[in-house]
Amino acid sequence: MTELQRKQDRAPIPAGWEYASAPESRDIVTIRERYGHFIGGEWVEATETYATIDPSSEEPLAEVGQATDEEVQLAVGAAREAFENGWSSLVGAERAKYLFRIARILQERAREFAVLESLNGGKPIRESRDVDIPLAAAHFFYYAGWADKLEYAFPNRKPSPLGVAGQIIPWNFPLLMLAWKVAPALAAGNTVVLKPAETTPLSALLFCDVLRQAELPPGVVNIVTGDGRAGAALVKSDVDKVAFTGSTEVGKAIQRELAGSGKKLTLELGGKAANVIFDDAALDQAVEGIVNGIYFNQGHVCCAGSRLLVQESIYEATIDKLKRRLSTLRVGDPLDKNTDVGAINSAQQLEKIKELVATGEEEGAEIYQPPCRLPEKGYWFVPTVFTNVAQSYRIAQEEIFGPVLSVLTFRTPDEAVEKANNTPYGLSAGVWTEKGSRILAMAQRLRAGVIWANTYNRFDPTSPFGGYKESGFGREGGLHGLEPYLDFE
Amino acid sequence: MSRLPVRKTYKLFVGGEFPRSESGRTYEAEGQNVARASRKDVRDAVRAARGAFPKWAGMTAYNRGQVLYRVAEMMEARRSEFADLCSGPKEVERSIDRFVWYAGWADKLAQVIGSSNPVAGPYFNFTVPEPQGVAGILAPQEPALAGLVSRIAPALVGGNAVVVVASEPHPLAAVELAEALATADVPGGVVNFLTGLREELAPVLAAHMDVNALDVSGADGEVGELEKLAADNVKRVIRGAADDQSAWEISRFLELKTVWHPIGV
Repeated sequence: MTELQRKQDRAPIPAGWEYASAPESRDIVTIRERYGHFIGGEWVEATETYATIDPSSEEPLAEVGQATDEEVQLAVGAAREAFENGWSSLVGAERAKYLFRIARILQERAREFAVLESLNGGKPIRESRDVDIPLAAAHFFYYAGWADKLEYAFPNRKPSPLGVAGQIIPWNFPLLMLAWKVAPALAAGNTVVLKPAETTPLSALLFCDVLRQAELPPGVVNIVTGDGRAGAALVKSDVDKVAFTGSTEVGKAIQRELAGSGKKLTLELGGKAANVIFDDAALDQAVEGIVNGIYFNQGHVCCAGSRLLVQESIYEATIDKLKRRLSTLRVGDPLDKNTDVGAINSAQQLEKIKELVATGEEEGAEIYQPPCRLPEKGYWFVPTVFTNVAQSYRIAQEEIFGPVLSVLTFRTPDEAVEKANNTPYGLSAGVWTEKGSRILAMAQRLRAGVIWANTYNRFDPTSPFGGYKESGFGREGGLHGLEPYLDFE
Repeated sequence: MSRLPVRKTYKLFVGGEFPRSESGRTYEAEGQNVARASRKDVRDAVRAARGAFPKWAGMTAYNRGQVLYRVAEMMEARRSEFADLCSGPKEVERSIDRFVWYAGWADKLAQVIGSSNPVAGPYFNFTVPEPQGVAGILAPQEPALAGLVSRIAPALVGGNAVVVVASEPHPLAAVELAEALATADVPGGVVNFLTGLREELAPVLAAHMDVNALDVSGADGEVGELEKLAADNVKRVIRGAADDQSAWEISRFLELKTVWHPIGV
């Protein structure tokens, strides 16, 4: 790096770069005042309800149901009936066409879904518009094509559906997680009871209208809303398979609950991914990758690159560039197309982030936050970088699930591998270097289910996703994502 | 005067060596005094397996296949000894042939189980199978030899290190197999056999935080409590066949790793 480049990198961003706000209209989506549960193709009035809110304004959006044990059982019964009376015997080619229909309708109504996702979840419209919704549609499109080709996916194994799948999804990518769960389950010939996350039920409830338009037979997909109590009821119910995406703590509880039952289980749990930057990396690209790795979706990403491992020789240059880049991030209105970092999903999550950040400061890490004006109402957290982090600090060990990066350093590839793998998690990892042989060596040695080399946070329906160790088991996406939804002779 | 035979001392197989139980205990099985492993022996075995895992997993698939074939060679030389310790020659032959069958899978797994994934963007993306790490295996109580082989061979061919609780009533086949393994170029610690009381050993193995998978295919009856313990570190709980062979038995002991890289000039 020349002295001139170094000066340019360290120069402050010119103050007062104002952007004209470019808000997406929220009028495109109609939110009902009150939603019940979607059971057997019909709306069933919920006996208990709670308000779901917009986390960027704290304003209520709708009343939604808190499913009781009876309502969950009703949904499972509807799914069972649909499985036995038609869906499981429907030829694959016909199942495929329903899934293709769903994919198309999601594409047609993408703008509605994008606005709703940002309203209810707090994520920037740019992300819900360009990532969440297109990928959700793509998942249905991909698995649609598998429905009549299962015997090619698993030669000599005679695949057959399991029955009813109980699926519990998180609040970070509500519709996308729904697609990851529902599309392979239906392609394999199962029926589904899905429980969206407590704080983000609205896109799943709008999805019920897609099912109506697709004329999917009643009971094939049932959606019950509510908090963890509804999820626990679903786990305990008469389902044949449980698929859960969420925290490692809850994942363990589910594994214990199902112990000895013989029911199939897949878990996609937490992470504390290392993003490893070698001194020969293309640094500007790497810095973009670091930012995308941890600030994408406010860091509410299980595979977020939350532990940055930088080779010592480029530590200063990397941190300088990173801080400069941070000062250009725009935090604010999720519906504004300029926004890079939206609202934290809930008051509870904001508290958790604050608590862990406080431990970082107490334990001796150095905190950096760019100057940033935050809206007065709603839940917000400034993109944060911790330097001087020891491996033992809680911010280096625990999943923060927020826009908070912990920076550690290394000298040799061996040290990078040892630090990267020094975690009970094993969901994902990143590696940045221009040396091909080093990429492949690191990709082999990092104990994680997804390795992003010279990129980060890429997702695709054809690409299997899932963790090692305490990040869970089973894969979602790709051919491998079908297997958890099938029985074999 | 007829010669008095020299008897064998039946010991554990841990880290490539044949120690007695650190507890000094034995129990009687099949007319012999057999080492009765303790909790500490379980922990020592797990440590040995963890230490051996990187080397075993890091071997080329071709090499690993050859080592497993060598196990079959060493078993072949002990056919009559094995036959006395299980249901007979048929079971021995089945077990040896099973090792040969699994040995041949080592360098084919990635092609059958892995994939190249056509993502919608300028990225090269592929998925390869990798071992889970240290697998705890409760060997089937019967068949004494074929059950043991049916569970360890698929775990080993994928690159895992194993800690096995041998059949409690029929532990001698495991001790005999350990002697074959020790001369078959299997690195010390890759396979560890514990003989003893299952009730004592299984929960310790199931709860151990440095074990990645728990194979309960050979557990009798109620495995709920073991599965509960396994959840403490999200172990993969494996329920396979006690006496069968299949590529899918191997994949139960595998992770899948997906790697992305941009395509560009």
